[in-house]
Amino acid sequence: MGLIEKFLSLLESAHWGVHPHDHKRPAADAPLRTLPLPARLYVPLQQHIGAAARPVVLVGQTVLKGQLLAEAQGATSAAIHAPTSGKVKAIGEITAPHPSGLALPAVTIESDGDDRWAHGCDPDAAVDPFSLPPHEVAQRVAAAGVVGLGGATFPSALKLGLGLRAKIHTLILNGGECEPYLSCDDRLMRDCAAEIVDGIRIMLHATGARKALVGIEDNKPEAIAAMSAAAQGFPEVAVKAVPARYPMGSEKHLFSELTGMEVPADGRTTDLGALVHNVGTAWAVHQALRKGRPLVERIVTVNGGMIDAPGNVRVPVGTLVEEVLAFVGMKNEIARLVMGGPMMGNLLPHARVPVVKGTSGILALTPAEAAGFESGPCIRCSSCVRACPVGLLPLEMSARIAAGDLNGAVDLGLKDCIACGCCAFVCPSHIPLVQFFNHAKGELAAQGRAQLRAESTKRLAAARTERIEREAREKAAAAARRKAERDAAKAAAAKLAQEASQQEPAPTEAVS
Amino acid sequence: MSAEFSTLTAPQVPLASPHAHAGGGVSAVMLKVMLALVPATLFGFWLYGWPAVHLWLITLLFSVFGEAFALRLMGRHALPALKDGSALLTGWLLALSLPPWAPWWIGALGGLFATIVAKQIFGGLGQNLFNPAMVARVALLISFPVPMTQWIAPLPLGSAGAPDFLQGLQITLTGMDTWPQLDAVASASLLGHAKTELSRGIDLLRSLVGEQAPAMSYVGLRAGSLGETAAWLIAGGGIALILMGVISWHIPVAMLAGIALPALASHAADPARYLDAAAHLLSGGAMLGAFFIATDYVTSPNTRLGQLLFGFGCGLLTWTIRTWGGYPEGVAFAVLLMNALTPAIDRLVKPRIYGRDRKGKPIEPPESP
Repeated sequence: MGLIEKFLSLLESAHWGVHPHDHKRPAADAPLRTLPLPARLYVPLQQHIGAAARPVVLVGQTVLKGQLLAEAQGATSAAIHAPTSGKVKAIGEITAPHPSGLALPAVTIESDGDDRWAHGCDPDAAVDPFSLPPHEVAQRVAAAGVVGLGGATFPSALKLGLGLRAKIHTLILNGGECEPYLSCDDRLMRDCAAEIVDGIRIMLHATGARKALVGIEDNKPEAIAAMSAAAQGFPEVAVKAVPARYPMGSEKHLFSELTGMEVPADGRTTDLGALVHNVGTAWAVHQALRKGRPLVERIVTVNGGMIDAPGNVRVPVGTLVEEVLAFVGMKNEIARLVMGGPMMGNLLPHARVPVVKGTSGILALTPAEAAGFESGPCIRCSSCVRACPVGLLPLEMSARIAAGDLNGAVDLGLKDCIACGCCAFVCPSHIPLVQFFNHAKGELAAQGRAQLRAESTKRLAAARTERIEREAREKAAAAARRKAERDAAKAAAAKLAQEASQQEPAPTEAVS
Repeated sequence: MSAEFSTLTAPQVPLASPHAHAGGGVSAVMLKVMLALVPATLFGFWLYGWPAVHLWLITLLFSVFGEAFALRLMGRHALPALKDGSALLTGWLLALSLPPWAPWWIGALGGLFATIVAKQIFGGLGQNLFNPAMVARVALLISFPVPMTQWIAPLPLGSAGAPDFLQGLQITLTGMDTWPQLDAVASASLLGHAKTELSRGIDLLRSLVGEQAPAMSYVGLRAGSLGETAAWLIAGGGIALILMGVISWHIPVAMLAGIALPALASHAADPARYLDAAAHLLSGGAMLGAFFIATDYVTSPNTRLGQLLFGFGCGLLTWTIRTWGGYPEGVAFAVLLMNALTPAIDRLVKPRIYGRDRKGKPIEPPESP
């Protein structure tokens, strides 16, 4: 058994994932540039997983940089702050950075050009985070509107609290940046290593974890060197090089690579005592706790064959993509615009969408770089099976979905799919496999919601029937009771009458 | 400005990621496989002369014609499907498995049968359960056993007595019986000769050393099909495909092991009755089958373990049919039988999903240190 299992895992585990051309250089090596302050910023109220934030400013109000624009609303939400000083021009809707091009509520700010920080957003006002109790650190992280900067944009404070409750022992910092083209984390680690390490130490304090492992893909030697140097003197922070392979930055895969353990299906890394955060998040935590500065800007990689000067740019949240593109220059051709990396990023409907907290990159791809879209029949080459980092059978799943058999796809493990795109990346027939899976997941979610609705309707209907029956029963019972009372009264009256008649001799004889 | 940066003006852009591709497509795969067949094919052309060239060409033409005909019959455009190169490859593989001097109608019927019956009737590329080239070969072998088992000794291009272009055309069009020096060139393949002699009660120790014994040439100068004699060139092409990442090593290695292991054991036990492993591996379609036929994507399993089982099954059945079956050669039958098992193998053998055991249940979390 043990031997067979070993043989099988040797057969399978050797090559998960893919090795795409990373296109990271020269963009990664170009010095960080800062975008000139745009005249207008469009700050969406939903830049995170969870409910949209609730605006706390009014149209026409003057705001300072870092001032709260909207507060978190509900259990999973994050605060939104003004990315510059100026006037609130509008609170309305703007196109979301999503292929649907749907509208998203946003606060429009007209910059006054001063870029003046609000009161309290300066290092002198900050207290030593290590003197604060852990939950207070998390509170400050929440107040600064920090969300996971790896792309998932989960509110970071919630994760820190989860780590504290789960009594984690290891904090894992994701510096994998396995997506091709992207180098924002690389640039951040090269330029701000000390700040990141400080943020990591604050996060260790906030979660109660004893050690931190920073996983960085070995195609970023400069970042590894900078981070290792910054971690000198902090034995609790260890920098580890991991092989460059997509999707190494997947939370569970990086965790397995660094710890040798495997997260059970339906479980989390916290079940095994580890919490995974992005290195950019650690930087944002440092900014929040040491400088009192909320998350209002980030580093965005602008890359792709259509870009004149690819590289990394410091961009205020809410900047329109077209302003960033104009800044780096674009060859005059129609490109495919993608927000995020090419493997999991979102296609943009156009360039008039804002940069948000989770925007790691803006790609303008030439037709040659972007995937083709003429798909052919599946030739069952099983490239997708070899590429899948989760161990699924993408070809079988897509065939089931194409035939409308969603449950068949679920039986094959659809819910374990992480939508990393390895399968579609290698498919020689150019089958849009991820699109199949996303469609099926959406359809299943809709079915689930419909079922919940149907069940609640059924419950309501049953309750109504029951209520009507109960009322009828009660009515009948009341009627019966009343009748019984009447009868009893009648009987009593009759008895009284009888007794009366007995007292007075009955006039029977007279009658007869 | 926004129009300049618009994405959705391009037609039919898929909405979902990824927005990158590893490159290469189906036609590139087919092209690489055909390139890998070129050395062995050229060697075969040289060894058996013009008739082999003509038969190859005819088989390919009719394969492609059959594919186009079936597609037109369904009201579809033939050209896009033909461009993937799969019909051409099917014809090529079939041609390599035929006796090189077989008449034209063998190649024509085979080509039509492969693409129309074995492929398009099942639904076209990716839908066929059985390897089209092998279905056609078996259909021809069962229907026309005589021309399908008439082999010739090597008669290299340009050597004395070799047919020239027109004589070659005549042999292909009218049959090799019309060739005056037929007796001089007709030969048996090693497997056929061994089987015939065994059935006459002459054991291998005598039959393989006599004057009529076919030459067991390790460099391939012997009777057989185009894809048989140049076993080393076929294997070389196959290894090139493995190195290029077109096929994986699992099926070829397992299939050759499936032939070699029982051959080694049985030959060691009784050399008079059982051929040795080298003769098995270099004869018939062993190499062609292992590297080019059994590895057909469409008809082989999807997982590595499944491919090992499939390959070993192909090898074991090949050896079994060759040793105890009615036919001297067994690769085509073995591959078809295992093709039939492929859906079952794919059902039973699945990769382990991350975080789950092989039965699909979530794994137990390890003890926290």
